[in-house]
Amino acid sequence: MESFFEWFKLLYDNTGINLPFLYDSYDRDRMWNGFLMTIKLSVVALFFSIIIGIIGAWLQNSPLKWTRRIVNGYIQIFRNTPPLVQLYFFYFAIGALLPKVSNGYGGEVPILGGFAWAAISLSFFAGAFNVEIFRSGMEAVPKSTTEAAEALGFSRLQIYKDITLPLAFRVVLPALNNNLVNLVKTTTLAYAIAVPEMLYESNQIWSDNVNVTEMMIFLLLAYFFLVGILVWGMNRWERSLKIPGFGT
Amino acid sequence: MNWDDSMPMVSIKDVHKAFGDLEVLKGVSMDIKKGEVVCIIGPSGSGKSTLIRCINALNDIQQGSILVEGQEVNDPNLDKLELRKKVGMVFQQYNLFPHKTALENVMMAPIRVLKQSKAEVEKTARALIKKVRLEGKEDSYPGELSGGQQQRVAIARSLAMNPDVMLFDEVTAALDPETVNEVLQTIKDLAEEGMTCILVTHEMNFAREVADHIYFTDRGVIVEHGSPTNFFDEAKDPRTKEFLSQIL
Ligand SMILES: Nc1ncnc2c1ncn2[C@@H]1O[C@H](COP(=O)(O)OP(=O)(O)O)[C@@H](O)[C@H]1O
Ligand SMILES: [Mg+2]
Repeated sequence: MESFFEWFKLLYDNTGINLPFLYDSYDRDRMWNGFLMTIKLSVVALFFSIIIGIIGAWLQNSPLKWTRRIVNGYIQIFRNTPPLVQLYFFYFAIGALLPKVSNGYGGEVPILGGFAWAAISLSFFAGAFNVEIFRSGMEAVPKSTTEAAEALGFSRLQIYKDITLPLAFRVVLPALNNNLVNLVKTTTLAYAIAVPEMLYESNQIWSDNVNVTEMMIFLLLAYFFLVGILVWGMNRWERSLKIPGFGT
Repeated sequence: MNWDDSMPMVSIKDVHKAFGDLEVLKGVSMDIKKGEVVCIIGPSGSGKSTLIRCINALNDIQQGSILVEGQEVNDPNLDKLELRKKVGMVFQQYNLFPHKTALENVMMAPIRVLKQSKAEVEKTARALIKKVRLEGKEDSYPGELSGGQQQRVAIARSLAMNPDVMLFDEVTAALDPETVNEVLQTIKDLAEEGMTCILVTHEMNFAREVADHIYFTDRGVIVEHGSPTNFFDEAKDPRTKEFLSQIL
């Protein structure tokens, strides 16, 4: 391993191609932590955005007019504003309103840090699209199928959980796939509130080493690789959910 | 009100139902006793499906009364779950859950709705699959079964809830001619075992053979009713004669 890293030092010395996050252990740690942070942020936001999508689509079918209106309002706001502005709104506007807590060294820190706000903001952003995606899937489930469940005594919630959602899920996987890919790419916005994710750490490295070109190429490839893994996983999942004789 | 099985199992009195301005049922009455098989026949659009759907509260009614084992269906505080435990329903389009195997389709409601144990349900479900002559198809998905096979799974699924009365709404109308008989045979078996059945059907030979009583509906009213012999051989009303002459 050491000789592998050493090779990049030689590469730098001989060609000027500077990849310090490989040969320099300090930069290597920064890069690795940034990479982990990007993954952590993606996973948390993916998870909560799907939860928001599922609950939102359920609430959109609520018999209560105001529940439906609130959900629709939420969707409109988050779909029709830039995600960066949303992030700033959460971090600076809402964050400032929340109480501060002692940091144990006599100072005070906000109750929620940058990571938490990025996760919340991105979850709501992608969640708004997920609500719409799940709703379109629910519309593809024939009324007659849910009616059969109703006639068997299923409650509204049971029908949603056992019939509508599993069927809708299969219909919307390609669209969901798209939105989740978008979400992973959008995690780079967390850079703007100094969450030490991959882009942020890369910026630190290129500021110290003046190797902007190399870092840009690396970043492009790193995200390409990350999103590739997600797409691959989603496609496998899609195949495993395939039902003989159902759908296309 | 206490109900005992000397009283009609289903008692329909002066039922009126409209969809907006369209009056579909204009004062329909009929009594069905325990163990009786009743066939409802009549031209398309005469309100047969609507009537049958009112019995298990898939449609509400504006006026009149429907008692199922003494329980009033036309009651805003109706316990739908209690009603649906008593009344099984089979639809024209089978409406199986496409993401569940035949066996799972049959098992789902007793597990979810009646909260019975899985092992216990599986035993009865396998017996029911055998009863509808689908042994070996337990693990097939609906999309892998013929229409007639799907419809028999749907019958088994309904029977798994152990209902007291079964509703069949033109359950052979969507089938290929060669699979109609297997489904009719299944229903005939049920009728012979003493299941109370209300059937909407266009299979006149079948109706003549299994029905205890036949109702002829046209434009939301019962035009004529009687035993099969009375009905088919001595129809009085010109509308009935006209209908029979077209269909026989
Ligand atoms: N949900 C509904 N909304 C509006 N009209 C309906 C609805 N269901 C049925 N109808 C109308 O009620 C009439 C009777 O329908 P239906 O009971 O299905 O007749 P049948 O089963 O005898 O063919 C038809 O004119 C049909 O268009
Ligand atoms: Mg009909």
